[in-house]
Amino acid sequence: MKHESIEINAGLLIILTLVVISIGGLVEIVPLFHIKNTVEEVKGVRPYTPLELRGRDLYIREGCYACHSQMVRPFRDEMLRYGHYSLAAESKYDHPFQWGSKRTGPDIARLGGKYSDEWHTQHLIRPQNVVPESIMPAYPWLAQNELKYDDIEKRMKALKMTGVPYSLTEEEYQANVAEYGKEMADKLHIPNAKATLEAEATSRNWDGDKSRITEMDAMVAYLQMLGTLVDFKQYEQGYFASFR
Amino acid sequence: MSTSTAVATEQYNYDIVKKFAIMALVWGVLGMTAGTYIASELAWPFLNFDIPEITFGRLRPVHTTLVIFGFGGSALFATSYYVVQRTCQTRLWGGPLAEFTFWGWQIGIGAGVVLYMLGYTQGREYAEFVWPLDLAIAVVWVSYALVYVMTLRNRSQPHIYVANWFYVAFILAVALLHIFNNLAVPVSLTSLESYSLFSGVQDAMTQWWYGHNAVGFFLTAAFLGMMYYFVPKQAGRPVYSYRLSIVHFWALSFLYMWAGTHHLHWTAIPDWTSTLAATFSILLLLPSWGGMINGIMTLSGAWDKLRTDPIMLFMITALSFYGMSTFEGPLMSLKSVNALSHYTDWTVGHVHSGALGWVAMITFGSFYHLIPRLWGAKEMYSSKLIYTHFWLATIGIVLYIASMWVAGIGQGLMLRAFDEYGNLAYTFIETVTFMHLPYVVRALGGMFFVAGVLLMVYNTYMTIVQAKRGVAVEATGAVALAR
Repeated sequence: MKHESIEINAGLLIILTLVVISIGGLVEIVPLFHIKNTVEEVKGVRPYTPLELRGRDLYIREGCYACHSQMVRPFRDEMLRYGHYSLAAESKYDHPFQWGSKRTGPDIARLGGKYSDEWHTQHLIRPQNVVPESIMPAYPWLAQNELKYDDIEKRMKALKMTGVPYSLTEEEYQANVAEYGKEMADKLHIPNAKATLEAEATSRNWDGDKSRITEMDAMVAYLQMLGTLVDFKQYEQGYFASFR
Repeated sequence: MSTSTAVATEQYNYDIVKKFAIMALVWGVLGMTAGTYIASELAWPFLNFDIPEITFGRLRPVHTTLVIFGFGGSALFATSYYVVQRTCQTRLWGGPLAEFTFWGWQIGIGAGVVLYMLGYTQGREYAEFVWPLDLAIAVVWVSYALVYVMTLRNRSQPHIYVANWFYVAFILAVALLHIFNNLAVPVSLTSLESYSLFSGVQDAMTQWWYGHNAVGFFLTAAFLGMMYYFVPKQAGRPVYSYRLSIVHFWALSFLYMWAGTHHLHWTAIPDWTSTLAATFSILLLLPSWGGMINGIMTLSGAWDKLRTDPIMLFMITALSFYGMSTFEGPLMSLKSVNALSHYTDWTVGHVHSGALGWVAMITFGSFYHLIPRLWGAKEMYSSKLIYTHFWLATIGIVLYIASMWVAGIGQGLMLRAFDEYGNLAYTFIETVTFMHLPYVVRALGGMFFVAGVLLMVYNTYMTIVQAKRGVAVEATGAVALAR
């Protein structure tokens, strides 16, 4: 076939172009849904609790991913600076993923537990108060705004539709009890969501003000759980490398 | 207005081209100003002013959306509608539908960026639009495809000119990318928020398949379409090699789609995708340079135009930056280089050498060719201002990319440095302090670039005013030359 026959036929040009541009994506994306060891088998990874989930929504609202990655790479310097490299399983309930593309600030995939709740609150209100050279913007409104959570059930239901194992029925709840234990299964039960969120927010003095539920409570709760779900001591060295 | 302009206006739909061209400039000024502002926020953080709407995190997608989709998108609509009419020698199909693509696109972008500032975003880079806007944009895009293809089918000569192939590939690929990357489940039908259908690894793969090919087809293939019409026109010579344009069109379309995973090297994505992407990224050098050579060599035999024609200067410099950034890209896609460059400002510099150097420069050059013809003027109001714009833009780009090399490579090296005891030599915050000076220089570069665009806006305004006053009555010649 001469190339000229494409140059004089718009339909043929369109079809051939579609074929040519589809191949790459098909070959690289489709297998990721089918090859089993794309995501490791690992204990501990669970969906976000209602308060953490709202914190994560705020993280996305403020565009934190523009400056912070959540993906520790398997390098010596990153291991020393941030901790164990990130596993695919650790973001399997992340809709959307928040790996980021730029580190204007440090990676925060394993931020949880490194600083106190108070540190986080102070840092978010005025980063320069705790890190004088920081160029991070201040987020004082997080401490002022009441957290909106009247639609928390809808949010969890939407995530459930994408495959996150929040429970609605007794059967699903029991499955979560078996997988995550009763305490966590209660938190992941959609009909309980509002009560769970309120209990979470007041169970700990997240932002230093227990009298009301603020956006800061949710944000700190989210930041404090990042990267803490997998207990790496339980796995032999080299186990995770087999999935790479 | 001379009679032949009137005839051309009747024969072709220039009205829609004019509208898109003007909006490209409007979004260009706003988007580049936003970019310069967020660059300044990084150099002088007090500029965030504790105002949620203008903090870096919310303003950054405003910048990227306005320059890519507002400026770049409108410029592509304008030039593609112009090129398809001129090369097919037929009037644009579907008047009201074309009009709809204009209003749909502009309102979508305007609403999108206001919503970002209010905190409504999907949190997907370069695809931050909330789900109702994504749906609206999909409708606009399908209409665009329909208008474009129907005009192609109405062509009055058998052959489809090469510029149109690139525009067709761009329209098809962007439709595919937009639809699959934005699959999401809304929180409710009355909520602007949604959760992406995919998660983690699969979501990352889909997003960077989208992200990379937004560069590949939106910012490369489509602008090559622009190049294939306006460079030969301005040079007054045919395309250097027809065979080369065939080869590099198919190679580019095929290879680009494989390369997205190089944005995910060393992450939790399976290594095999990463390796494939790196391989195809290296291969991409060939069609990229094929396009560059084809463009630059079109000027062979007329090199003297570089001395006399500032529009040509824009175009050839754009092609040179295209060559440079498509060399730098494959280099950065090597896993070992990427280990250092990824997450740093080197990437930001690389993007801007392509975006400012290639995309913006080829648009400026094409617009300086296009604007007088649209409004029936003989030429732009001031050639001197075009020269000044050229130098402001070039100085701006050089300041930008040089400072980002320093910031990016510097930070990359500092973060992996160890002291004599094997401990990390620097804390993260020390790298932030180090980057202050490059950030100041980068903001300065941005200011140069914006200043140039403002000159272009003034030059365009004066050209239109003069044309309307009838000062440039001898538009006849220009129109006759235009095709």
